[in-house]
Amino acid sequence: MAAPLKIANASGFWGDQPGAAARLAADQPDLDFLTLDYLAEVSLSIMAILREKDPAAGYARDFVDVVRSLCPFWSAGGRTRVVTNAGGLDPGACARACADALRAAGLGRLRVAAVAGDDVLAVLRSGAGGFENLETGAPLATVAGRLVTANAYLGAGAIADALRAGADIVVAGRVADPSLTVGPCIARFGWPPGDYGPLAGATVAGHLIECGTQACGGFSTDWLDLPDNLSIGFPIAEVSPDGSCVVTKPAGSGGAVSVQTVKEQLLYEVGDPGSYLSPDATVSFLTLRVEQAGADRVRVSGATGRAPPESYKVSATYRDGYKAHGMVTVFGHDAVRKARRAGEGVLRRLQRAGCVYREHLVECLGTGASACGIASRMSDTHLVETVLRVSVAADAREDVERFAKEMAPLVTCGPQGVTGYAAGRPRVMPVFGFWPTLVARSAVAPSHRILDGSRP
Amino acid sequence: MIPLREIAFARSGDKGSSANVAVFGRTPAAYRWLRDHLTEGLVEDYFRPLGVGRVTRYDVPNLEALNFVLAGVLAGGGSRSLRIDAQGKALGMALLEMKVDYPATR
Repeated sequence: MAAPLKIANASGFWGDQPGAAARLAADQPDLDFLTLDYLAEVSLSIMAILREKDPAAGYARDFVDVVRSLCPFWSAGGRTRVVTNAGGLDPGACARACADALRAAGLGRLRVAAVAGDDVLAVLRSGAGGFENLETGAPLATVAGRLVTANAYLGAGAIADALRAGADIVVAGRVADPSLTVGPCIARFGWPPGDYGPLAGATVAGHLIECGTQACGGFSTDWLDLPDNLSIGFPIAEVSPDGSCVVTKPAGSGGAVSVQTVKEQLLYEVGDPGSYLSPDATVSFLTLRVEQAGADRVRVSGATGRAPPESYKVSATYRDGYKAHGMVTVFGHDAVRKARRAGEGVLRRLQRAGCVYREHLVECLGTGASACGIASRMSDTHLVETVLRVSVAADAREDVERFAKEMAPLVTCGPQGVTGYAAGRPRVMPVFGFWPTLVARSAVAPSHRILDGSRP
Repeated sequence: MIPLREIAFARSGDKGSSANVAVFGRTPAAYRWLRDHLTEGLVEDYFRPLGVGRVTRYDVPNLEALNFVLAGVLAGGGSRSLRIDAQGKALGMALLEMKVDYPATR
């Protein structure tokens, strides 16, 4: 039986630890692949807004820094290949920037591929289908004029094709998160389409590592009790030819890979565990076996798969006004009463100024606001300090800008003990509505292109 | 009465404007107790202050787990929700604070 494929994750989201990839390469030089995930549900809309100000900002530029950080490893003979969705709205531009960075480091021999085909904005705008919102059933027509992005979650096919064509770095846009792992597995093990058992196993492996350190104790219930929880390792999936895997982490890194940490991550952001939908396979988690197979080694096997849905899931976003959050600290006796009253005062001043908000919220952090009304431990009157957080959302940007100017005055017109306002005015942020929908597979044509790295 | 966290661990995350909370028994006996007592109705009542809609429970016996999907619990979720916990990161911890009547002799 062929050796397992060693695939690590070095980024669970856009903003994860910038040094992770280089550290993994140094600690575990025998890795076959590094995968890096940058795209949460609304990340592409953020890129769309950045791109309006700077046409070169349609992708996660942090990834180009990751490529630079890996150049010494590759120059010294390292062979780990990289698969990412950092391409965002513009995988071609991201791939070119990577190729430029490689050439500057004398690594023009490495080949960079861009995966295209996920952008279905034109398909949605064509009005060729209902494209109802999967959550609400509402027709797309209600937001069509405000659409910002629409991207299908592609599967692993184009990634596998690029790797088989010799790519060392594959830069995709929107793909299903597990497909970053499934692609290398298909390229190595040659599973044919329809071989849903191993595809399901690899999808589970990809799901387990896609959120970085979360598989190794990050975000776990018993985080405080983990060994060396200040330097939790990034996860490695050793995927076997049958699709089963062992999850582990680099020797010497912190955290733990235990049955508990793996179980927690298995059900992270999962709906029906009997029917986990991915473009490569529909997977049942109900047949999985999870067993400790050594120190910081957990074997995950038994995934069952069946044909994926006939359509691609699409994550579309649309403009939906503006919002801002402002915070000040209130210290002293009756801190919560004072804070709540001060927050109401801000909203009243804005109302008098003629501002109209479709939604507003006053929260007193420290009182259990993260799950307001649930699980409070004690009466608010015992608190000597709270953080007042006031939020507004409006259709008109001016009304949110006015709010941003009304928080700081609490320093002089609010109760004694208002402090912690030094961060400046609240930032006015665009709100993006999330529009999950489906598009026929026939309307999407995933493809890859390998750049000529020898010339600019 | 003891807090649920003494017999269970959990993980929560967002899916659009809904969230899921997975609850795992710390022992086989704890899992069986959860399976028999932690009902959809109980969880729905518990999260009602957050405006939760329908709660759906999925049993995952091979992981000694229950997965709850909490429809509409995130007040819009994503970039829309104004709440400090717009993405349901705290919901697992919140559920583990539930006081349960777990028999001491088990």
